[in-house]
Amino acid sequence: MVIREVTSEVIGSVWKIERSVGDAVEEGDLIMILESMKMEIPVEAPVAGTLSEIKVVAEGSVEEDQVLCLIET
Amino acid sequence: MNSSIRRILIANRGEIACRIIHTCRDLGIETIAVYSEADQEALHVKTADLSYAIGPPAAQKSYLNMDAVLSAAQSLNADAIHPGYGFLAENAQFAENVLATGLYWIGPKPVTIASMGDKQKAREIAKVSNIPVLTGSPRISPNNINGASDIAHSIGFPLLIKATAGGGGIGMQPVDELNNFERQILTAQNLAERSFGDPTVYLERYIADARHIEVQIFGFGDGNGVHLFDRDCSIQRRFQKIIEEAPAAEIPRDIREKMHSAALALVREVRYAGAGTVEFIYDRTSNEFFFLEMNTRIQVEHAVTEMVTGLDLIAWQINLARGEFLTASQAKISCGGAAIEARVYAERPEKGFLPSPGKIITFDMPPLSSNLRIDTGVQLGDEITPYYDPMIAKVIAKGKNRREAINTMRSALQEVHIAGPSTNLAYLKQIFSDPDYITKPPSTAYVEEHPAKP
Repeated sequence: MVIREVTSEVIGSVWKIERSVGDAVEEGDLIMILESMKMEIPVEAPVAGTLSEIKVVAEGSVEEDQVLCLIET
Repeated sequence: MNSSIRRILIANRGEIACRIIHTCRDLGIETIAVYSEADQEALHVKTADLSYAIGPPAAQKSYLNMDAVLSAAQSLNADAIHPGYGFLAENAQFAENVLATGLYWIGPKPVTIASMGDKQKAREIAKVSNIPVLTGSPRISPNNINGASDIAHSIGFPLLIKATAGGGGIGMQPVDELNNFERQILTAQNLAERSFGDPTVYLERYIADARHIEVQIFGFGDGNGVHLFDRDCSIQRRFQKIIEEAPAAEIPRDIREKMHSAALALVREVRYAGAGTVEFIYDRTSNEFFFLEMNTRIQVEHAVTEMVTGLDLIAWQINLARGEFLTASQAKISCGGAAIEARVYAERPEKGFLPSPGKIITFDMPPLSSNLRIDTGVQLGDEITPYYDPMIAKVIAKGKNRREAINTMRSALQEVHIAGPSTNLAYLKQIFSDPDYITKPPSTAYVEEHPAKP
């Protein structure tokens, strides 16, 4: 079992979390949407697996490289 | 005389707020800046005569909060509200509320804002005015997507899915084939619902390798008006402009004149009042042009038009609003030389133009001249926050012709130094040194075909 960290590419905030802990995700599935400077930035699953932890909350702020969620593969 | 507007509240921030303040000062009008908690130290707040806090950083709770802006206007006895661009500028309800409060609204009539804001209705108005529009579909709401594939097939590919209530390039989705089509419609509807509160979308033929040409107009409200020539805004990323030029280069004279007449036909049809822009897509292969939309506000790129016409569009807007005006005749408006605007953004072109907030620790700009104008709303030490648009400054260069304007721009950009956030400066310099750009006017495919070099 490998745990993959999904990180933020930008400073901004979490607009909407689309999936829940325990969900099975395919590579490319939309997990959440970040917002920065009027731009929506989709966060997609980099690998297939199970969403084991979500480390942010909707409307919370995020830093660059901050871990957003974990996927168990 | 002219005492009807003595104090204007500017319902905006950044460079456009500062730019409006400058004209107000020229006209002897006092200014009120409004600001969110993130903008307490911002340049527009320091520059204005008065200022008023309107709420937390998130735009929804401050710059988009109609009641907060209106009570600021009432508390500080404003006579008029100038909305700038973005935020509440094209919100018909806000315009109504401003007028209902007894204030002057510096913008078109609310009914015009509403009809042009509905992109489908705008297409209808263009058709009635005998302006060519691209083949498109009726409205597609979430409960009638079944027939959409057939319509898409009859329009042909590529096509664009657009939000009926959309604007600013947000939510536009190019589609190349029927594969996955329904899912893309659903995605576009979701995005439209979230961004504009209305999930309705429509389909429109998409000319990928075309030029984006727009005509600046100014209507007097009685059906009469003038055009202030045209602009080329083909260099875009995510359907948002990076570089704009005035006039649009290399358009056959008869086509250019037809575009100007088409824009004025629209002014007549809706009895347009104030500054507006009619956007066209120009297919250089077939020499056809088509109506895209009309923007019922002052635009970011109005500065290039001011550089070639020598006019002050904000002053025109204020004068029309206060009932002065307007004897401007088309014959007296001329277009001299060429001007180019480059938008300096806090973003990373090499990383898909991802935004890059941060504190500005170096901010050097070249000295201004009659051929160089810089509009900015930030100063050294300011924080470019994630809450608003990433634009840092507009660099506007002029020359006797396009080639000279490019030269002025290239030397100006050499003297612009910004550190803190990442910026698109290197990419702008790359474009202004690119023979493809210099030798011929680019198409809307330019950015994709000429990505930022590492």
